[in-house]
Amino acid sequence: MSGGAAAGGVVGKGGPKSFLLGVLAWVVGLVFFFPVFWMVVNGFKTEEEAAADPSLIFDPTMEQYDEVTAETTGLLGFGEAFSNSLWAVAISTFFVMLMAVPAAYALSIRPVAKWRDVLFFFISTKFLPIVAAILPLWIIARDLDLLNTRLLLIVLYTAMNLPLAIWMLRSFFSEVPRELIEAAQIDGASIRGQITSVILPIVAPGLAATALLCVIFAWNEYFLAVQLNNAGGETVPIWVTGNVSTRGNFLAKLSAASTLATLPVVLAGWIAQKRMIRGLAMGAIK
Amino acid sequence: MAATASRSEAVKKLQRREAWRRRIPLLPALLFTIVVTQVPFLFSLWYSLTEWKIVPPEPRQFVGVDNYVDLFDSRFFREAVWTSILMTVFAVLLSVILGTLIALLLDRKFFGQGFVRTLLITPFLIMPVVAGLVWKNQMYSATFGVFNWVIEGLGFDRIEFVSRWPLWSIVIVLVWQWTPFMMLIILAGLQGQSASVLEAARVDGASPRATFFQITLPHLRPYLELGVLLGSIYLIQVFDHVAVITGGGPGSTNVPYFVFQRSIGGGWQFGLASAYSIVVVVASIIIATFGLRVLSGLLEGEDPA
Repeated sequence: MSGGAAAGGVVGKGGPKSFLLGVLAWVVGLVFFFPVFWMVVNGFKTEEEAAADPSLIFDPTMEQYDEVTAETTGLLGFGEAFSNSLWAVAISTFFVMLMAVPAAYALSIRPVAKWRDVLFFFISTKFLPIVAAILPLWIIARDLDLLNTRLLLIVLYTAMNLPLAIWMLRSFFSEVPRELIEAAQIDGASIRGQITSVILPIVAPGLAATALLCVIFAWNEYFLAVQLNNAGGETVPIWVTGNVSTRGNFLAKLSAASTLATLPVVLAGWIAQKRMIRGLAMGAIK
Repeated sequence: MAATASRSEAVKKLQRREAWRRRIPLLPALLFTIVVTQVPFLFSLWYSLTEWKIVPPEPRQFVGVDNYVDLFDSRFFREAVWTSILMTVFAVLLSVILGTLIALLLDRKFFGQGFVRTLLITPFLIMPVVAGLVWKNQMYSATFGVFNWVIEGLGFDRIEFVSRWPLWSIVIVLVWQWTPFMMLIILAGLQGQSASVLEAARVDGASPRATFFQITLPHLRPYLELGVLLGSIYLIQVFDHVAVITGGGPGSTNVPYFVFQRSIGGGWQFGLASAYSIVVVVASIIIATFGLRVLSGLLEGEDPA
């Protein structure tokens, strides 16, 4: 089957086999999407309907959305969690790109000596399990009075995404044809000129793909947020888990909250998917 | 003589200046990464050589390698290591295989191709905590789960998936989330294949199977490696799914969750927990370095010359 599919990419003609493979792709797509679909559907039900046998026939209600976004004093509200997440994600991604672009440049276009070792060092920090660092981080943060602040999450999310960003961006930079840079040099363009007029336009899709991945990982991060930030700067994932209760039914409320929490990243990912594929294609090889 | 010496001196100076000019753009990222990731690691190293219990509070004492001896004696630690290995290997392999098959399905023209791709990438974009909660409460659950509704409809008894197969309950959610990522990478590889080479193979009468194994697969090698590497990095650290699906139930406590349980998750044995984390870091780096090399070497041998 797989061999036929690979060849089909070139041949691309109709025929019953091709039709069946198309149907199969649809089935696989729907199966993968089903849990998400079910989550969205349940968010529009009442708690009684969500707890009953699965059914697609019901009166859609916004009741759960009203309930989960209602502000209760003393409890983490959706607005607050959303703005905490937005700040942590936006600012950390900005700093990641600010440091990763020059670093990737120094590892590809005008490479430092032993750039491979440097690159390996960056990647190796990703292998450091975050749990291994959580104790010292907690103690250091406490001593610096950073516990439960947005700043702490911004710093940690920047560190978390920086190696991946450098690695991906380095691959994109290596794709820039040497001749173009040399031509710009001969034309007397300064290094800044070479970067802004030659390199950046070519790597733009790569920059977008990289920033998007950083946003996804930071928006979805839960462990650091819950361990270091459980009072004062709570983010959206913490707010979602707050909707699981041990008393009474919570399925519909949890579904509504989950839908709200995942919506921003899912929409961004849908819109940018073509870029992401192109970015990964360029980024995978050298 | 003196002139040439001073000239080579000057050249060296210039070279050194050039070397530093190249290093400058690298410095912010390098310094930041060292401070934020390596300093805590050094603290961990120090803690791991001490006996340090927070609850009940006791003075911290230097005990040397005692913690390391204890941990290799610990059956629970060995179980956690084994769980981590199983979880990572199954999740990475299954998502790479499924991702490749789905990428091959998508790399062809059919009605609604873009829409199906959109459906397929969605699980990767879902917050892990949400993925875990949705699967646990709406798919697996014996009371509200869709799976059990189907099973009962077919006339079988309801199954408590999570308590019966804790490890697999987690692995399936991980595969669900990471298959789309692998698919994206492989799809990128497939679309980067030169059409003329494939056309030539077809004209030469190569069977689709031969084309796949001799042209497409070798071409995909770096993309597969990339998928395995990135997948391993992220999946070996899985915490969120374990926390929300089983809460570390029997057979599902991986090393990250284990370290959490022994320290801030209630154990409060900071010295011992630090020793665990040091061992994990060292092991991960060894596995990462050698694993990738072995993988490249194996696949290299299959390259058609």
